[in-house]
Formats: sequence, C-alpha cells, structure tokens
Amino acid sequence: MNDLTGSSRTDISSQGSMFKTSLALRHFRGRVFYGLCLVGSLVGIVLLLVLMNDIRQDGFEYFSSHFFTNYPSRKPEIAGFRGAIMGTLWVMTIVAATSFPIGVGAAVYLEEYAKKTRLTSLIQMNISNLAGVPSIVFGILGLQLFVRGTIGYGPAICIGESCGFGRSVMSGALTLTLLILPVVIVASQEAIKSVPPSIREASYGVGATRWQTVSSHVLPQAMPGIMTGMILALSRAIGETAPIIMIGALTFVAFSPETPLDPFTAMPIQVLNWVSRPQAEFHDLAATGIVVLLITLLTMNTLAVVLRIKLGRESAR
Amino acid sequence: MNIFNSSSTLLKELIVINVLTLFALTVVACGSDSEEENVSEVGSASSSSSNSISNLSGDIAIDGSSTVYPITEAVAEEFQIAHKNTRVTVGISGTGGGFKKFCAGETDISGASRPIRDKEVKMCADAEIEYIEIRVGLDGLAVVKNRNNNYLNDLTMEQLSKVWGPASEDLVMKWNQVDLSFPAEDIDLYGPGTDSGTFDFFTEEVNGEAGASRGDYTPSEDDNVLVTGVAGNEHSLGYFGFAYYSENTDKLAVVTVNGVTPSDKTVGDGSYLLSRPLFIYVSKKSITEKEQVREFVNYYLSDEGIAMVAEVGYSNVSADELKASRKAVDEALQ
Repeated sequence: MNDLTGSSRTDISSQGSMFKTSLALRHFRGRVFYGLCLVGSLVGIVLLLVLMNDIRQDGFEYFSSHFFTNYPSRKPEIAGFRGAIMGTLWVMTIVAATSFPIGVGAAVYLEEYAKKTRLTSLIQMNISNLAGVPSIVFGILGLQLFVRGTIGYGPAICIGESCGFGRSVMSGALTLTLLILPVVIVASQEAIKSVPPSIREASYGVGATRWQTVSSHVLPQAMPGIMTGMILALSRAIGETAPIIMIGALTFVAFSPETPLDPFTAMPIQVLNWVSRPQAEFHDLAATGIVVLLITLLTMNTLAVVLRIKLGRESAR
Repeated sequence: MNIFNSSSTLLKELIVINVLTLFALTVVACGSDSEEENVSEVGSASSSSSNSISNLSGDIAIDGSSTVYPITEAVAEEFQIAHKNTRVTVGISGTGGGFKKFCAGETDISGASRPIRDKEVKMCADAEIEYIEIRVGLDGLAVVKNRNNNYLNDLTMEQLSKVWGPASEDLVMKWNQVDLSFPAEDIDLYGPGTDSGTFDFFTEEVNGEAGASRGDYTPSEDDNVLVTGVAGNEHSLGYFGFAYYSENTDKLAVVTVNGVTPSDKTVGDGSYLLSRPLFIYVSKKSITEKEQVREFVNYYLSDEGIAMVAEVGYSNVSADELKASRKAVDEALQ
C-alpha cells in the first residue's frame, strides 16, 4: 500500500516538477520582455538628457537678453537671434493656419464622405507615399510653385514685375505646409476612425444631418487625436532646413518680416550658418540657438497638450 | 492607433516633463544671464553710437559664394547701422547658384569666388542683365598638416599634384612615395567636397583641371570636420580656406607651397600660388535705378567698407585696383 502510494506520489510530483520548470522559464521570458520594453522607453529619455547636458555646457554662454533683441552680426558678442526667431514664428503661424483646415478637411472627406472607390483608394495610397518623400523634393516643388509662381508649363502667375510669392515668408510656409500635410491627414484620419460608430448611429438616429453629426460629434471626439498629429507635424516643420534653403530663405537678414511677402530667415538656418563658421564663439552661439529652438518646440508641445486635455474634457461632458 | 487615445494621466506626465525641462533650461539660463550683461551693454552701445539719420530705404538682394559671404555680411551689417530703413539680405547659394539668380534678375549683387564663366555670361546676356565685375579681395588656400608632424614643412606644386592627382588614387599611399626623405607612413587626406568652389580652384591650380582629383580622401562640406580630421592624425594633410587655419593654429600647422608661406602679403601680391580672387558682380540696372544699391556699392568700395576684407581674414587688392574699381562704378552711373 505504502509503496504504491509512494510511487504514485512521485509520479505526480515528477509531472508537477516538469510544469514548475517551464513556469520559471515563462516567468523569466516575461521579465526579459518587460526589461526590453523598459530599455526601449528609456533610450529616448536618456538620449534627451545627454543632448540637453551637451548643449547646456556650451549653450548658455551667450544666453542673454540681447540674444533675443539683436540681429545677426559678424561679431559673436553682439550677434543675436531675433531675425530667425521672428522668421520662424511667422512661418509656423502660417503653416498651422493653412495645414489644419486643409489636412482635417481632407481627412473628414476621406473618412466621412468619400465612397470607397478606386479613386479614393488611389488618393489614400498617394497620401501615404507623400509622407515618405524626402523634404528637399518638397523644397524643389515649392521653389517652382510658390517662389516662381509656375507649374512648369505655360506662363508664370505675375502681378506687375513680381511673379509668384518670391523668396518670402509665404513661400516658405506654403512649402512646409505641403511637407507636413500627409502627416496631418493620416493622423486626423486615424483619430476620426477611432470615434465609435455608435456615436454616429445615435446622431443619425435622432435625425441629425451628416454635417451636424460630423461637426458636433465626430470632430470634437477626434480632436485630441488630431491635435497630437498636428503637434508631431509642426515639430517636424520647425526644424526643417533643407526645403527652406531650397526656396531661398536667406542667411543674413538683419530685420524682422513685417508682411508675409517679406524675405526671412529661420532658426535652423541661422544655427547651420553659425556652426559652419571657423570661430569657436559662433559654435557656442549655435548651441544657444539650439536651446532656443528646443524651448520653442517644448512650449509648442506643452501648449498643444494643454489644449488636448481641455478639448478631451469638453467632449467627455 | 492607441497613442491617440492615451489616458489623461499620461498627458499630465507629459506636461510635467515638458514644464520641468523648460524650467530647468530657464534656471540655468538665468544663472548665466548676469555674467553676460556687460557684453550686451557693449553691443547696444556700439549699435547706438552711429546715430546718423538717413532717408535711404528699400531692399538690396545679395546672393552667391559662401567664401565672399563674410565680407558682404560685414559690409551689410555696418551699412544697415547707418541706414536703418534699408533691408539688405545676403544668401549663400554658391558662386554658380548665385549667378543663376543674378542672371534671372532676382538679385542686385552676386558674390563669386571665381570669374564668371562663358555659360553664365551668355545666360546674363540672354536676360539682358548688364553687370560690373569688381575684385574685392583675395583668399589664400591653406595646405595644412598636424601640429606634431615634423617632415611636411614644404611641398612643391608637383609634390602636391602627386599627393592629390587623380592618377595617384590607390597607387600613392605612403609618404615616402611622394619624397624619399619622408617616412613610410600612410597618407591620410582631407579636403572639401566636389560641389565646393574651393575644390574646383585647388584641383585646377594643382592638377591642371578643375574637378580632377583622387577620390580616396575624406571629403566634407563642413571645414570644421576637416580641421578635426587633420588634428586627429599626425600623418594627415588637408586644404581649405585660410580663415579656418588661422582659427585653429593650436591644432594645425601650415605647409609652405614652393617655399612661400601664405600671408596677407604673399596672397595679396600673388606670389603664394594658391591664392584666388574674390569678386562681386553688380547689376548695372540695379545700380542706376535703385539709390540704395548705389549707396551700398559705394560704401562697399569706400575705405571703411573695404577694410572689412581684412577684418574677416582675407587679403586686400592693391590700392590701384581699388581706385580702378571705384572709377568703373562711377562710369556705369553716367
């Protein structure tokens, strides 16, 4: 009897031990995966800290009020960033004002109005492809379309002697708008898709028209997602150099633009110019410029996040 | 797409991180602010010192070579202090890119680190753009070595050609192949990229044909990268504008060419072989029709304006040539 129970016990326990081993392994695998995820999310933060520390070391030597009030100069101690800051602010304001309505409009059309035809899927595919086009290509397009005011065939659109928008704030802003539109459209589409169909159905159910449904239910619900897309897109636009160099943003501009048709320079261009100079003082000035660019970017992000939370609360009500 | 629906706690954390970063940056900024105050006073003092009132207004569009840029920038800076209502813009499109805009009538003045080419002359003629060519200064190319290198003191043009020539690629790899007195160390070369005017000039002077160069060197459009490269290897050689050498004399030493050391004098009189002229091309139409452009060019060629050439590190043209340039401008105005 005893022997029998004993052997049966060992049978069970040996089976059990087999399960125990694999359980430990599975737990181990789980921990490894957790570790990988943690490392993945820390990489970004660590890199940001390293970057911040790096620019903190030489970035603040020239950080003072005159850096914001003076225009560029050949003398590093009086050189300032004002023209570049004003240029970037002008450009980004126009980019936000044009890319938001066009981008959201396109997304609403594609998601809410357009029938699934071959044409719409072609449009859809092209928008995704455009998101991957190198920025310099948009610069070449902008030079032709906005600066010179022609589509490559036929005469240019001219008023008096000036054709197109010339090398102005407007040309730069419209070029950057083209550059970020695909991102805005795709992000807005995803946000609109994530609004549950039940909300639309309920709205139609009480007799609302399509316009009423879209404007008072779908868009407010999708707005936080759309805002995230806008932030990402604008953050990309503010640091772009290649396309605006292509359309002819200038390097030495010792005044602030007063109308959208004035010539301009932008923060990344000024930084690029300072970095490529022989004198070490200008390299420190460039670092200070990067700090200002970073602060502008973070301020923009914070503003957008606050806006997101506010909009999120309102739509939840 | 879950990231668009992330919970509001995540958003709050994002805000906290952003605000903290901003705060950290501004705190450090304020700390260093006080030290800089005297500097900013110097700045405002010098800009308010010239209070001459001028009625001159209007835009002046300048583009062209990045080598001429520092001179034009300095002149433009001083000009705008005296004439507050004028707006001078200076771009860097390169000599060729500058001429494209100049001959399309888009700019008033174009900087160039080489004389205008036949193709560009034709382009300007087709668009009926007449211009005045003015030599404003000279720029020496410095051939540089590492500070610790003790055998590369002088190279002849033939030796330079042997080092940099297209035929030397994969063949001349050790310094003793260039001269028997040199050690058998690997040759390590740094130079500007093929798009640069400096590259065109150097290859034309040394190898006899613009653009003819060996390909197995480290190219960079950023001269600071070349400085770092040469400073990092005792047996390396590089070339770039003299201004970059004079800012880095602690890391680099200059190699004399045919026994001539590049200096203000040798570059100015042309006895240093690797010196090139710097030009501005001024549109005759702009100078006659636009008062601000006329004043700008006059200021550029005035004693005060032309002094900028030396201030930014280039060599002046002779006094006679300057006089001739001033006369050419006056004649164009009649």
